[in-house]
Amino acid sequence: MAALDTNLDANLSLQVRDLHKSYGSHEVLKGVSLEAREGDVISMLGSSGSGKSTFLRCVNLLETPNAGTITVHGEEIKMSMNKHGAFRPTDPRQVERIRARLAMVFQSFNLWSHMTILENVIAGPVHVLKQPKAEAIEKAKAVLERVGMFERRDYYPSHISGGQQQRAAIARALAMEPEVMLFDEPTSALDPELVGEVLKVIRSLAEEGRTMVVVTHEMGFARDVSNKVIFLHQGLIEEQGNPAEMFTNPQTQRFQEFLANARD
Amino acid sequence: MEAERTFWEYLRDFSENQAPLDFVLVYDNLDKFFEGALVTLQLTFLALLIGGLMAIPMALARANKVSVLNPIIWCYTYAFRGTPLLVQTYLFYFGLGQFEAVRESFLWSPILSDPWWCVLIAFTLNTAAYTTEFLRGAIETTPRGEIEASVAAGMSPWLRTRLVVLPSAFRRALPAYSNEVIFTLHGSVIASTVTLQDLLGVGRWLNGRYYLAYEGFVTAMLFYMAIVLMITVAFKLAEKRYLKHLRPRESTEETAASATV
Repeated sequence: MAALDTNLDANLSLQVRDLHKSYGSHEVLKGVSLEAREGDVISMLGSSGSGKSTFLRCVNLLETPNAGTITVHGEEIKMSMNKHGAFRPTDPRQVERIRARLAMVFQSFNLWSHMTILENVIAGPVHVLKQPKAEAIEKAKAVLERVGMFERRDYYPSHISGGQQQRAAIARALAMEPEVMLFDEPTSALDPELVGEVLKVIRSLAEEGRTMVVVTHEMGFARDVSNKVIFLHQGLIEEQGNPAEMFTNPQTQRFQEFLANARD
Repeated sequence: MEAERTFWEYLRDFSENQAPLDFVLVYDNLDKFFEGALVTLQLTFLALLIGGLMAIPMALARANKVSVLNPIIWCYTYAFRGTPLLVQTYLFYFGLGQFEAVRESFLWSPILSDPWWCVLIAFTLNTAAYTTEFLRGAIETTPRGEIEASVAAGMSPWLRTRLVVLPSAFRRALPAYSNEVIFTLHGSVIASTVTLQDLLGVGRWLNGRYYLAYEGFVTAMLFYMAIVLMITVAFKLAEKRYLKHLRPRESTEETAASATV
């Protein structure tokens, strides 16, 4: 039994326990937990203000949670109360190391505007992962090819469309060879006709067996691509489970309402 | 019967007596103007170089609101931006020598008693103050998302500064910095008020010696204009090279061609 447990833990890419986050007196997350095994594609749904984006941003400590634990492949991010009573990571180096293993794709792409697409993709591998530049360029070309952005590698972000920018941002995340990919509403800032090309790329990554947590409004994606859906409501998990069951037979009234609104 | 005059003698006579500006006299003293230009360029660009290097850490400290440093640097930039450069130069040149302690310090004989050093120090502190403030502005307008992306990629604070914040801020500050360079050049005429023979100093010397105001000052003016022209061209080239990403995309044929290379 014990052997089985460790075996399970080894497959556990990301484990978040009882995450709390408040802004002033407003509690955005009231204890949210998540477990992602290798190859899991977890969709996080919820109306705006449900805390789903905040949760994702807490996972790589872009926001500092007020309580809870985050464990990446068995390594827990060390956090403690500082002398002002605030919950803070104790080892900045560890946080940087773990962030490099959790690549993030943002709603507004956030490519570095003064670098070309290729420079954007190699910056992390060269400077954070300390790969030799020539090697990083070869790998970058491969991931750019993968997302269909190879021909645009010498363009600046401002000179390409939003969909292309987001695909380049996905390439930048892939180049870090992350253990878990975090997507924060990756298609919400895109014009409707550009959503498809980005979803196609994310879908192909999911099929390749990458572990990912996707905060999204795309119901089709959540239902068809993910193997687990988490529905957040007012900072708590209202319902979670297998997408096929959840979408055909929602258990909670809130998720029923959410689905009804989404279909409009 | 008038003796045959050489062309050179004729030109000299024409220049002295008929031309609105005695260009032969200017030509004879051109070497002095070049020496003056060298003093002007040395003071201007040394001040810009040292002041610029000083401005980077100060701007970072201001933008990041580093606790003790931020108010101190604010006071410094306020003082140097709020007072005339001439007053600052006088303070260093005439003011410091009043203090016994300064005159007796090891800095006195090689540095603080020399007008060249006093002027360089005043110019450097002045341009550093201006550069600090607009560089701070450029740093503060770094898109938040770009910083977040560098945090999420696991970059340390220093790596983010080196890779994302500063390169992006320098580019945004570039057009404004060309003004600072030109203002510093213009301000460098103050060197001539504390005995230095910069460009204006040579012009003043020519005026004092021959009572010919136009010759000295127009020549100095032309030199300044030529230097400003070179600065402007250099900045245009730099903007073309470094601000590509801010320009609208060039014709599709051209970009398509560059994409396939």
